[in-house]
Amino acid sequence: MTTQHGILKKISGDDDIIEPTPGQIMRARSLRHWGLMIGGIVLCIIVVLAILAPGVAPHNPYTQILSDRLLPPVWDSQGSMEHILGTDQVGRDYLSRLLYGARISLMIGFATVLLSGFIGTSLGLMAGYYGGRVDMFINYLITVRLSLPGILVALAAVQLIGGSLPVVITVLGFMLWVRFAVVIRSATMQIRNMDYIKAAKAAGCSSFRLIVTQILPNVLNQFVVIATLEAAHAILLEASLSFLGIGVQPPLPSWGLMINEGKDFMFFKPYLISIPGIALFCLVLSINLVGDGIRDVTAPENRN
Amino acid sequence: MLIYTLKRVLLALLVALTVSILTFGLLHLSSDPAVALAGEDATEEDIQLVRVQYGFDKPLPVQYMTWLTNALQGDLGTSYYFGIPVSTLLAQRLPVTLTLGSCALIYAILFAVPLGVLAAMRPNTWLDRFCLSLAVSAQAMPSFWFGLMLIVVFCLWFPLLPVSGSDTWKHFIMPTIVLGTNAMPAIMRLTRTGMMDVLATDYIRTARAKGLRPNTVLLKHALRNAVIPVIAVIGIQAGYMMGGTVIIETIFALNGMGLLAYESIMYFDLACMEAVVLLLCLVFITTTFVADILNAWLDPRIRIR
Repeated sequence: MTTQHGILKKISGDDDIIEPTPGQIMRARSLRHWGLMIGGIVLCIIVVLAILAPGVAPHNPYTQILSDRLLPPVWDSQGSMEHILGTDQVGRDYLSRLLYGARISLMIGFATVLLSGFIGTSLGLMAGYYGGRVDMFINYLITVRLSLPGILVALAAVQLIGGSLPVVITVLGFMLWVRFAVVIRSATMQIRNMDYIKAAKAAGCSSFRLIVTQILPNVLNQFVVIATLEAAHAILLEASLSFLGIGVQPPLPSWGLMINEGKDFMFFKPYLISIPGIALFCLVLSINLVGDGIRDVTAPENRN
Repeated sequence: MLIYTLKRVLLALLVALTVSILTFGLLHLSSDPAVALAGEDATEEDIQLVRVQYGFDKPLPVQYMTWLTNALQGDLGTSYYFGIPVSTLLAQRLPVTLTLGSCALIYAILFAVPLGVLAAMRPNTWLDRFCLSLAVSAQAMPSFWFGLMLIVVFCLWFPLLPVSGSDTWKHFIMPTIVLGTNAMPAIMRLTRTGMMDVLATDYIRTARAKGLRPNTVLLKHALRNAVIPVIAVIGIQAGYMMGGTVIIETIFALNGMGLLAYESIMYFDLACMEAVVLLLCLVFITTTFVADILNAWLDPRIRIR
């Protein structure tokens, strides 16, 4: 609304008004969107810290120094700059574990979404494009998957197969495809009846080529939005699994696992659970804000 | 209406059957139950003995059919870990979880619907922003961490509530808050958008133009139509809550289905696991079914589809 006027004022000359390009409108709207900006900045910081973890982390996250067990963080009267966030119950530096833990969470989010996004988008495209029986069958699959209690099935599956990072990613990937399928399906159904699809069909375009080159690029917006929200979902689920002890296995510094290991000491050292919890909250919040922001900015009804 | 209901019943039954096949197959295929059951020091012969005794040597479809016919007659097998019939276990544990679930649902609705309506009445004000940030924060909060922090606050700093157990109503307060907060964002957002859509319609303008009191318009004309999509979401959220109880009951040691699920998973108690997963599925299917029927009853347009 106001953004467009702002741009128009800025770039218009005396009498000829230059239309802003879609990219410019988008950029201006993104910069105006508080949630997107805050979420984006926090997410960028976390990603950079995770990538640079080996350089930034003050200590090795796996080295146990039993004489330095349960040292308090720096804001405590007995804290020191040596261990800014203190140490855990076996004397590992908490800040270093936190930084390395960000890598695990981000990897879980990214890899899970790759798998679930592929499954869900393929199903959604097929259901929306072919309609009829294919659609009925895929809809049925969606209903069945929705009625399975997700976390319970994930717990059982991971426990039976044996917990490890790849297993958690695979199980979550095969669970979280539903929202992709639902959204991409309805988006495809709208696009299917458009004239340019009919034109492509008339020109002899094969179904596969049509779906991949004509429909897929037009549902990419929705895909990105769902992908961010589902990545946050996957990160929370991984933390829950690891917290229950059925997920990423020690000594890996998963945030959920850190809370699990710290909960026996939580009445004496509350920081052991509050620090990884806050980190988890910030990461999930920032990803959700970015997802909501992208949806707001790219939604066609907000364009004028 | 009758045809619609019948169609939905058929679909629900079909889904329940598929889910039972899926869980049975998954749980039996992903590991060898006999090995887990026989223990770590078991010899090959012991394992073979266990296999024959529990019928694991028969082909999977045969095992499934035996299990299904027994289950339909109310016999869900015996729990390997607890040593009592699974149906007795479920009867003991289900009331706790149903109490927790309904308390949490009521709590979530009591907070989310009024906040959603308030936000829709004053869009883009500080009130709206506040409600939205509440929803976004609740969504990002890991429920297990929220539960632990509540324990630290209400049991350590202000010792008001018991840490764990399920004896009195006080034991249910913290689990209710944690479980309900999980379901709040979806309900609040949908109430807000539903309400905003309805408030923009012509008939609301007409109602206002003819001089009805603002509250009458809001509560009688707008809210009734705005809650229709919300009911469907509440049905789904109620189903999700059942799954969420696994984490929350484990934290607060609340002796319900969720804790039973966790224990049976930890101890490879296959019979128990299957029964719990299936029961939670049935609860989900029932809640969504009830929500659908309620929706169709409230909104005649849905019945025709």
